[in-house]
Amino acid sequence: MSGNVSYLEAIRCAMREEMNRDPNVIQLGCDIGLHGGAFTVTKGLFGEFGPERVMDTPISEGAIISCAIGAAITGLRPIAEIMFNDFSMLAMDQIVNQAAKIRYMFGGQVKIPVVIRFPEGSGYKGTAAQHSQCLEALYAHIPGLKVVLPSNPYNAKGLFKAAVRDDNPVIFIEHKTLYNMKAEVPDGDYIVPIGKSEIAMEGTDVTVAAYSYMVEVALRAAEKLKKENISLEVVDLLSVKPIDIGPVIESVKKTNRCVVAHEACKTCGVGAEIAALVAEHAFDYLDAPVLRVATKDVPIPFNNSEEEAALVKEADLIEAVRKLI
Amino acid sequence: MNFYKEMLRIRYFEEAAIKLWDQGKIKGSIHPYVGQEAIAVGFCQALDKKDYIISSHRGHGHYLAKGGDSSRMMAELLGKATGCCRGRGGSMHVADISSGNLGANGIVAANLGIGAGAALTSKLKKLGYVVVAFFGEGGSGQGMFHEALNISAVWKLPIIFVCENNRYAVSTDSRNSLPVSNVSERASAYGIPGITIDGNDILSVYKTAVEYVDRARYGRGPALIECKTYRWEGHYHGEPQVYRTKEEVETWKKNCPIKCFEVFLSDKKINISEIDDIKRTVKQEMEKAVFFAENSPEPKGIDLFNYLYSD
Repeated sequence: MSGNVSYLEAIRCAMREEMNRDPNVIQLGCDIGLHGGAFTVTKGLFGEFGPERVMDTPISEGAIISCAIGAAITGLRPIAEIMFNDFSMLAMDQIVNQAAKIRYMFGGQVKIPVVIRFPEGSGYKGTAAQHSQCLEALYAHIPGLKVVLPSNPYNAKGLFKAAVRDDNPVIFIEHKTLYNMKAEVPDGDYIVPIGKSEIAMEGTDVTVAAYSYMVEVALRAAEKLKKENISLEVVDLLSVKPIDIGPVIESVKKTNRCVVAHEACKTCGVGAEIAALVAEHAFDYLDAPVLRVATKDVPIPFNNSEEEAALVKEADLIEAVRKLI
Repeated sequence: MNFYKEMLRIRYFEEAAIKLWDQGKIKGSIHPYVGQEAIAVGFCQALDKKDYIISSHRGHGHYLAKGGDSSRMMAELLGKATGCCRGRGGSMHVADISSGNLGANGIVAANLGIGAGAALTSKLKKLGYVVVAFFGEGGSGQGMFHEALNISAVWKLPIIFVCENNRYAVSTDSRNSLPVSNVSERASAYGIPGITIDGNDILSVYKTAVEYVDRARYGRGPALIECKTYRWEGHYHGEPQVYRTKEEVETWKKNCPIKCFEVFLSDKKINISEIDDIKRTVKQEMEKAVFFAENSPEPKGIDLFNYLYSD
């Protein structure tokens, strides 16, 4: 594996390497076996590792996550797939009341090394209100969880390995639009640490704090704005719990302007948290208000043009940047 | 005599905890197990040390029956640093992994799915242990009851689901929440054995437990065992019990699992002095537990963020 590896192949590659490295790593979820998962992320692993390590389950999100928790407490390191972010709502008790809290309320007697992974976003048009959401803010609100959202094939592989090796419940959120994005991915073992932001592009005029697919959107916007002599610095958060706000603050100290971009809808989104942190830590450096660019506060409509109208776009980001200059 | 002693440990522990609560020393609710002792003890006596249990919000009895230390649980009820969960969990979350208790849970029936996961580890790693998951008849109304029994049956997991049917889910009479007369009838939906027994008769509980624990251990899958019983206290201690009569409670008290077993022992010509010795020993244990708990330090100066994440 090296050049031209897709985001989903990179995750699959991390799965294969982690399952080879540690026999305690198992996977469970709906249709992840022979079928290879709804988005083919686990394709081929059933054949390689067998039905005891790549386990098909009934359509029971609650049971999938609680089995992962129970198995983790007793020595396995499960990776649980939920087919869509939207379906993880069926496992909210297991994620929020159980996985996030058991270690704390039992005074540290157990560890919960569970990876809960699902795709989010509106990558395949026309999947409507219950198959298109970005709900990371719900999980980022919960003490005890970690929440990561890789933005390209390279960090998808490295973050996935970090998630599998983490002794805490990690919500690993993939983006459907990114699944077929290709890039150079190194062979073999490397880790991208959880809770570390990165500068995806250096610039001088406006800081864009983004994660997941919006990093790609911000990089495209940056190329266009270059032609107008506007220079964006793009910070890729990679994790939204814990948030490594340091690189955003350092960037704002340089640019004095900040836009936060995410595909989740706006109100009470992660963007609000980032804007608040920038206000707390870099208020004196700001020459303009922090702006949020996000999807409108509506369920995703089915009709393609309505869906397009609801979703955050590159043009929204460019418009926000122009407002600040 | 172990049956007797273990039931008495639970009864005396709860009596001591109720006293502490009445004195205002337990600052939080407790859900006493009084009246249901034969179930926890009957099942745990049929288990090995390596087997696990996973418990409900009414978890004190399960904790003791699986071999948990009474002093550390009493300290937990008082929120002390020496508590089994270092004061972080309290009555509703008592856990002792070292004795094979995967913990009590404040969310009704959530433990059933987690128990299934623990049983999955046993099956996949061929560890040979069995999991017993305790819940109430009210819990059988939860979606997790269905999901956990279904997935456990599909995977033939070594787990026994023990329904302690004490008739009331908080105040709701099971006649108003169950469309069937026995929770065990629901087992047929999963193709697993479902039986109903007298949960106040420890010999019946033990005999059933041995049979189905062995069955699960040898790979024949889960079972649903319903134990009919009655809780003497309210849902929580101090609850105004408008939903039942004093006469009903008194009738059930006559069917006390400990008294019934005493009758059995006396029929077996067990020496009364032996019973008195056990009572004295257990009383001393609980006095020690109360002393330990009351004289233990508060978790002062401890980082509130400890145990939130593991490094």
